[in-house]
Amino acid sequence: MNGWHYIGSLQDIPQQGSRIVEAGSLGNIAVFRTHGDQVFALADRCPHRHGPLSPGIVHGDKVTCPLHGWTIDLATGAALGADHGCTRPFAIRNEADGLYLQLPVNGD
Amino acid sequence: MSSSPTPHLLIIGNGMAGIRTVEELTALAPQAYQITVFGAEPHGCYNRILLSPLLAGEKSLPEIITHPASWYAERGIALHASNPITTIDRQARRVIDSQGGVHSYDKLLLATGSHPLVIPLPGHQLPGVVTFRNLADVEKMLTVAAPGKQAIVIGGGLLGLEAAMGLLQQGMQVTVVHLLDILMERQLDGVAASLLKSELEARGIRFHMPAQTEAILGASQVQGIRFKDGSVLPADLVVMAVGVRPNTDLAKAAGLSCERGILVDDQLQTSDPHILAVGECVQHRGTVYGLVAPLFEQGKVIARRLAGTDDAAAYRGSTTSTRLKVTGIELFSAGNFLGDAECDTILFQDPSRRIYKKLVIKNHIVQGAVLLGDTMDGAWYMELMRDGTDITPFRHHILFGRPHLGDAGHGPSSVADLPASYQVCGCNGVCKGSIEESIIQKELTTLEEVRAHTKASASCGSCTGMVEQILAHTLGGDYVPAPVKPLCRCTTLSSDQLRIAVRDQHLTSVATAMQQLAWQSQDGCPTCRQALNYYITVFWPAEHQESPLDRFVNERFHANIQRDGTYSVVPRLWGGTTTPAQLRAIADIAERFAVPEIKLTGGQRITLLGIKRETLPAIWAALGEHDLVSGHAYGKAVRTVKTCVGSRWCRFGVQDSEQMGVALEKQLWNSWTSHKYKLAVSGCPRNCAEATIKDFGVVAVESGWELHVGGNGGIKVRVTDLLCRVESMAEVSEYAAAFLQLYRREAVYLERTAPWVERVGIDWIRQQLVDQPAYRKQLHDAFVAAHQPLADPWMERVQGLAGTRDFLPLVSLPFPTLENVA
Ligand code: SRM
Ligand SMILES: Cc1cc2nc3c(=O)[nH]c(=O)nc-3n(C[C@H](O)[C@H](O)[C@H](O)COP(=O)(O)OP(=O)(O)OC[C@H]3O[C@@H](n4cnc5c(N)ncnc54)[C@H](O)[C@@H]3O)c2cc1C
Ligand code: SF4
Ligand code: FES
Repeated sequence: MNGWHYIGSLQDIPQQGSRIVEAGSLGNIAVFRTHGDQVFALADRCPHRHGPLSPGIVHGDKVTCPLHGWTIDLATGAALGADHGCTRPFAIRNEADGLYLQLPVNGD
Repeated sequence: MSSSPTPHLLIIGNGMAGIRTVEELTALAPQAYQITVFGAEPHGCYNRILLSPLLAGEKSLPEIITHPASWYAERGIALHASNPITTIDRQARRVIDSQGGVHSYDKLLLATGSHPLVIPLPGHQLPGVVTFRNLADVEKMLTVAAPGKQAIVIGGGLLGLEAAMGLLQQGMQVTVVHLLDILMERQLDGVAASLLKSELEARGIRFHMPAQTEAILGASQVQGIRFKDGSVLPADLVVMAVGVRPNTDLAKAAGLSCERGILVDDQLQTSDPHILAVGECVQHRGTVYGLVAPLFEQGKVIARRLAGTDDAAAYRGSTTSTRLKVTGIELFSAGNFLGDAECDTILFQDPSRRIYKKLVIKNHIVQGAVLLGDTMDGAWYMELMRDGTDITPFRHHILFGRPHLGDAGHGPSSVADLPASYQVCGCNGVCKGSIEESIIQKELTTLEEVRAHTKASASCGSCTGMVEQILAHTLGGDYVPAPVKPLCRCTTLSSDQLRIAVRDQHLTSVATAMQQLAWQSQDGCPTCRQALNYYITVFWPAEHQESPLDRFVNERFHANIQRDGTYSVVPRLWGGTTTPAQLRAIADIAERFAVPEIKLTGGQRITLLGIKRETLPAIWAALGEHDLVSGHAYGKAVRTVKTCVGSRWCRFGVQDSEQMGVALEKQLWNSWTSHKYKLAVSGCPRNCAEATIKDFGVVAVESGWELHVGGNGGIKVRVTDLLCRVESMAEVSEYAAAFLQLYRREAVYLERTAPWVERVGIDWIRQQLVDQPAYRKQLHDAFVAAHQPLADPWMERVQGLAGTRDFLPLVSLPFPTLENVA
């Protein structure tokens, strides 16, 4: 199925908030919904000291990690400004019938 | 014109040092000289230091002009702007200007400043390559600067970084190229430099370092630069900020002794008795200065001698300190900040608050300092350094600031503690005593007036806050503060202005506040959303429909996030008391949920550690069944009320502190505050509950209760001020609510009671609460009204009022677990 998985609808995620998708050995994936209803998916693991990003404050297309305040670009997973590091981004589509998240196909 | 009866003083250089000298001279002896000033630049004298805020758009041109044409005219000084002197004829004692005009002098003052260095790289003359020294440079930069365009700043020193921040604020994408891998290497050690670098990177500046530029590229306009390693970086603007060189051109040509600068003695005399020199162009006792403080001291000496008021005046050199003028970045450096084998270093580092402090000590005397993030005590360290003070008596807390002289009951504010001799303004050498004197004698009421009369904060401006505090303190209630810095990048308003806007404009949601106050970002940032949310909670509790997403995770999940992403849960144990049933319930719940650790906290209660996010609702529900409610151990909220056993059990107790503590906690709990808020009640003056380091502390005495406010433990311990003494428990509880409500209304978000009490003064608080019983009652009632009905936030969540859906995963995907991959 080319790695696209249905995960729910846009309304399942609070605006300016996030929900988690449990993805087995990939760990948790945080799915964010911005103020402008864009959706992004990132590994729920801050590049700094691996804190969870999902409970961070979402502003613009960024999220601020709750542990030490790194700000992460939702589109790329890259730490902004001072900080260096990147968390893994996942492709996500917001279709008429719901949200689809792409996971690497087995063995990728 | 040489035959005028008064001697003719001619000044070459219409800059900060030359004009300050003239200003001092005319103040001492208005008629003693006929004065002529030649300047190469087209303006009256301006404050060169403020070119950085001018570039950043924080100041306008008129704000930085210190001496308009009228200033010269009023003093009968002839100003020849845009007319550099080209030759000095020492034999004939005259100078020739660029238009061929010849002017004789009796005394000549050289104040020609410095030349910015230009690295003669291929392409350095291309349009779009500029230095950063004068107004013309800034004008050039501003014509190129536009959002999205690329700027490169060569040089990671003070000027380079200020230029970079200025251009960034003009919307440009800015890269700083530096030869070394340490920024501001003449002021910072490696640690401070890398912290500064990450602060600047966080604001969007990029760095390319260590890197050596080989050529500037472009045909008719700069297009980029090429590095030694062959790589290329595009640019629409290249700023060279690689240092300055004293401008000795005229002096050398006239045969005056020069080395790096024009050589002068302690009287600022050059090798020609008719010629003096001042400012960056001089070399005194082997040193060339690049900051205004020493230049102003030199000017004072010259003025006294020329005026004949002090023939013994002499300049003996200066200790200087540097501050970076980038809004929001506090950086201070002075003296020997690296140290050597015989020196000790005292260090303090708090990465999450981005604070770094380092003092270099030799033989118990401060030799140098680097401060980043918190530069409050820079002036004090300078004073210790200059005076060679033996620091042994306070060495153990020297990094936490000037020893606190706080005397419970009198409420000294921090500036009030400073001695009159304390030097407030480093640039102009103005001490606290003379500022106070001017304020009183000349009846000054605004910052601008104080600046004009004392010069304090008139140069680099970094002591502005302290000058304002002195003004406020000297004037008391008559002081109207000037606007302060914006809360964050999303707004031009300060946190306090937002507080007032929310209150006075009846703003009841974060979204409307942003709309009405012309927010500069779509949905704000963590800083402003949390602050607005708080102010609305305080002023419009009934109407506020708050979004949990405007809060930090702890306050949203009503638990404290921990390093591994789990949470801690701390139920309230009222006044630190408990029962066997409660203990049993906690024990059972801990077992049922396999809680990894249980611990007694420093706040007299029990914390359950390591709880997973999805378990929170269930554990709250279980605790709730036993009436265990949220302890708000996670919030900017009323936290604990510590008590001692008091007269119920203790042989010394004079009042029932336990009962009082439990009553206070039941009355005040579940309310949001500007910062965490802690209470304690002790049963006698032995004070076992440590009430005098709490935000609100109650100490029992024979006749009743002493109420103390504004204390805390923590990072910087502050002992409370005594608010008043009362007799009954009912009075304690009225005062407790009234003080809390006053704090909630008046403090800015994240200001704890200790700094707030210091800022507004305990006298003011007494006026509000003790002297005005009606207002006290009103505050008490307002607090009570805002807190009806009381609902445990945990129960609200569990009962679905605020929803528990978001604690659970959206979905579990059948993605390869380790097993099914295999
Ligand atoms: C649990 C506890 C330590 C313990 O194991 O005993 C604790 C734990 C934390 N303290 Fe504390 N403090 C605890 C008592 C104290 C005390 C002692 C007291 O309350 O009597 C103090 C000094 C007294 C005071 O506040 O005036 C204290 C001064 C601080 C400070 C410094 C505050 C200051 O104004 O300087 C911070 C940092 C802050 O708030 O910004 C802090 C911050 C923290 C945080 C919340 C750090 C954070 O933001 O994550 C810690 C949470 C750990 C966690 O994972 O739950 N904690 N903390 C104590 C909880 C008490 C309670 O029952 O609620
Ligand atoms: C962007 C920037 C930020 C700074 N920040 C700080 C700071 O935070 N703190 C601090 O203490 N210092 C700071 N400085 C340094 C401070 O501005 C200088 O130390 C001070 O201006 C030097 O004064 P001066 O009179 O010696 O030289 P200048 O102010 O440069 O004045 C010399 C004047 O002489 C003129 N001149 C030269 N040759 C001739 C001639 N032949 N005929 C006529 N006129 C001539 C020049 O055009 C110039 O106007 C900063 C400087 C800059 C550029
Ligand atoms: S002192 Fe407080 S903030 Fe520091 S580690 Fe202990 S609990 Fe955490
Ligand atoms: S773990 Fe995210 S900022 Fe430290």
